[in-house]
Amino acid sequence: MQVYLDNNATTMCDPKVVEAMLPFFSEQYGNPNSLHKFGSSTHPALMNAINQTYKALGASDNDDIVFTSCATESNNWVLQSVWIDHIVNGEKNHILTTEVEHPSVLSTCKFLEEQGVKVTYLPVNEEGVVEVHTVKSFITDKTALVSVMWASNETGMINPIKEIGEICKEKGVLFHTDGVQAVGKIPVNLQDVHVDFLSFSAHKFHGPKGIGGLYIKDSQPLSPLLHGGDQMGGRRSGTLNVPYIIGMGKALELATENIEEKMASIRAKRDRLEDAILELNDTFTVGNRDNRTPNTILVSIKGVEGEGMLWDLNNGEIGASTGSACASEDLEANSVMLAIGADNELAHTGIRLSLSRFTTDAEIDYAIAHFKKAVERLRGISSSFAKQAPTKGGEVQECELHHHHH
Amino acid sequence: MAKADMLGESLWDAYSNKVTTLMNNPQHQGEIFEADAESRGNKLIVADFGAESCGDAVRLYWEIDPETDKIVDSKFKSFGCGTAIASSDVMTELCIGKTVQEAVKITNIDVEFALRDDPDTPAVPPQKMHCSVMAYDVIKKAAGLYMGVDADSFEEEIIVCECARVSLTTLKEVIKLNDLKTVEEITDYTKAGGFCKSCIKPGGHEAMDYYLVDILADTRKEMDEEKMRAAADASLAGNANFTEMTLVQQIKAVDAIIDENIRQFLVMDGGDMEIIDIKANDPFIDIYIRYLGACSGCASSATGTLYAIESTLKEKLSDKIRVLPI
Repeated sequence: MQVYLDNNATTMCDPKVVEAMLPFFSEQYGNPNSLHKFGSSTHPALMNAINQTYKALGASDNDDIVFTSCATESNNWVLQSVWIDHIVNGEKNHILTTEVEHPSVLSTCKFLEEQGVKVTYLPVNEEGVVEVHTVKSFITDKTALVSVMWASNETGMINPIKEIGEICKEKGVLFHTDGVQAVGKIPVNLQDVHVDFLSFSAHKFHGPKGIGGLYIKDSQPLSPLLHGGDQMGGRRSGTLNVPYIIGMGKALELATENIEEKMASIRAKRDRLEDAILELNDTFTVGNRDNRTPNTILVSIKGVEGEGMLWDLNNGEIGASTGSACASEDLEANSVMLAIGADNELAHTGIRLSLSRFTTDAEIDYAIAHFKKAVERLRGISSSFAKQAPTKGGEVQECELHHHHH
Repeated sequence: MAKADMLGESLWDAYSNKVTTLMNNPQHQGEIFEADAESRGNKLIVADFGAESCGDAVRLYWEIDPETDKIVDSKFKSFGCGTAIASSDVMTELCIGKTVQEAVKITNIDVEFALRDDPDTPAVPPQKMHCSVMAYDVIKKAAGLYMGVDADSFEEEIIVCECARVSLTTLKEVIKLNDLKTVEEITDYTKAGGFCKSCIKPGGHEAMDYYLVDILADTRKEMDEEKMRAAADASLAGNANFTEMTLVQQIKAVDAIIDENIRQFLVMDGGDMEIIDIKANDPFIDIYIRYLGACSGCASSATGTLYAIESTLKEKLSDKIRVLPI
C-alpha cells in the first residue's frame, strides 16, 4: 500500500478537476483575448471559474482576484509592489512579517532589505502562533504592510487573522495574508475578515500545479509584476492559462462546498493517527488541535532523527515530510522548527504528516502500523535510547543552533 | 547553473549503495556491557559525542584487550540521519582488529571512502559529508578515555574544514603560495568549504572556531604587510625594484629623481610639475603629472620636456614607466 501523507506540500489533482480541464487543452484551445469565436467560446467557462473563485472566497464584485502562476508569485507581487508603490517614493519604509512565513515571503523580504526596506520578523509563541498584541506593538507610522500567513505549512497552526486585520484597518496599514494553507482546508470568507491581499495556490486543494491567485480588496492599485498585453485588466499580463483557471475554479468549488463536513472527516482520521502516535512514549505534537488545520500533525519522536524516520517511512511507501536540517539541502535547521523552538529537538526530530480528503481509514491503519515499526527500529539504533550509561567522560557536547537572524 | 542543475538531484539518490544498505541494516549497532567485557578479561570504553539537540549524537563502544591494546569488538548507537548511521557502522568496522593507537588515525575521510561503491564517486552528497565527521571525533574521544589523555591531544593541527580535514597551516600556505583571492579559489585548491559549508562563514549548521572568510582576509593582510616590509627593507638596503615598491615608495622615488634631475630646469623657466597618481597598467607603469606655472601653457611640455622627464625616470627607475600629463 502507498500512503501519501504530504498534502501540505502538494495534493493529488481531483479526477473531477482533470475532467473539467480536459476540453480546454485540445478542443476549446482558443486564446480568450482573440476576437474570433475560437477565443470567445472559452469565455463562459472562464466566467464560471471566476464566479466559483469569488464565491469560494467570499469576495465581493468590487474586489479583484487575479490569476497568477502560484502563491509564490502572488506573495512576491504584493511585497515587491508595496515596495514600489508605497516605499520607494513614499514616506514609509517598514514591512512587518513573522519568522515562520513561507520562503516566498521571507526571501522576498530579504531581497527588499537589500534595497533598504526595514523588515521586522515577529516571533511566534510555542504553539507557532503570532500573538495579536505582538503585531500591534510593532506597527509604526512607517509601516507600509503587515504580512502574516493564515495557517502554517509546517505546524498547521492558524493565526488570528481577523484580529490582525482589524488592527491593520484601524492603523491604516495594508494587510496581506499568505492563505495558501488555509484556502480549501478551513473556511475562508473574506466578508468576515479585513484582508487587503490574500495569496492562494490551486495544487494545495486538489487543483493543478502552476496556477494560483491574488485577491485584492476593493480593486486597490498595485503595480503589476508582469507588464505586457494588458490581460486581466493590465494587472497581470500573459495569455490566460485557460484550462488551469477552469481547473482551479472547480477545485475550489469542490474543496469549499460542505467544508465543515469535509473538515470533520479529515479531522477524525488525523486525530486517530495523532492519538496512535502519542501512545508511543516520548513523543509530542505541536499546537492545540482545535486551532490547527484539520489535516496536519507535526510530531517529535525522541531519539529519532527526522531524515532517518522519513527514510524508514519511505521504505514502507509512506510519503511524509520533515523540517530536519539533515534532510534539506542547506543543513540549516528549519526556521519554523527553530522559531517554535522551546525544544531544539524538534528541529531535528520533527515529522510532518498531512492528510487530505482522499486519505482513507485503511491508509491511516497502515500508516500507524508502519510508523510504530519505524520508531521501534530507529530507537533500537538510537544512542539516546541506549540502555547502558557511558562509563566515564560521557559528557554531552555543547552545541549552538543557529537561528536565522533577520 | 546549467541544464544538469535545473532540477536538483534527490538527496537520497546521491547516496552510495553501501550507505543505503548500511542505513537499512547496520551491522554493528548495539551495545557492549561492562560485565560481559570483564568476563572476557577485557576493558570496556564507552564514548559519547554530540547531542540530539545538535542533530547528531553517537555512542561508541570499544572492547579492548588490555595486553595488546587491540580493539577486539566494537559497537555503536547513533542518533542521526542515514549518513550518520552508515558512517558510524563503517567506523566501527574499521576499528575492529586495530590497536587503539592505530584506530586513532582513522579520519572521516577514511570513513567516507569506505562507504564508496567505487573509488571515484563520493558516497554522500557534499552537504552530508559533515555527518561522517562525528565518527572521527568519537574515535578520538574513546582513545582519549582509554589512554587517559585529552582527546584534543591527538590533533596536532587546528582543523578548519572538518569534512575535508584541512588545517589552518595548510590553508594559510596555499593562500600565500598561490596568491588566492576568493573562498571559491580556496575550495578549488584544497576542497575546504566544499562539503557542508559550515566553515565558510558564520551562520551555517555548526559554529566553528575558524572561518575561511576570516582566514582569507587575515592572510591577505599578512601578505600585504610582508610585501610592504620587504619593499621597505629593500629600499633601506638601496636595492629596491621600482615595480615592487609600494605606491608611497614609488611616489617618493619619482619625486626624488625629479628633484635631482628635472625640477631645477623647469623652475628656471618659471614653471614646475607635480605627480598626481601612479597606476600599474600592465605592462606599463603610468605616472600622471600636471604642469604648473609657465610649463602648463608651454608648447614643449607635450614634446621635449615630456620626453626628458620620461626618459630620465625610465633610465633611473624602470623602463616600464610612461609619463602622462593631464
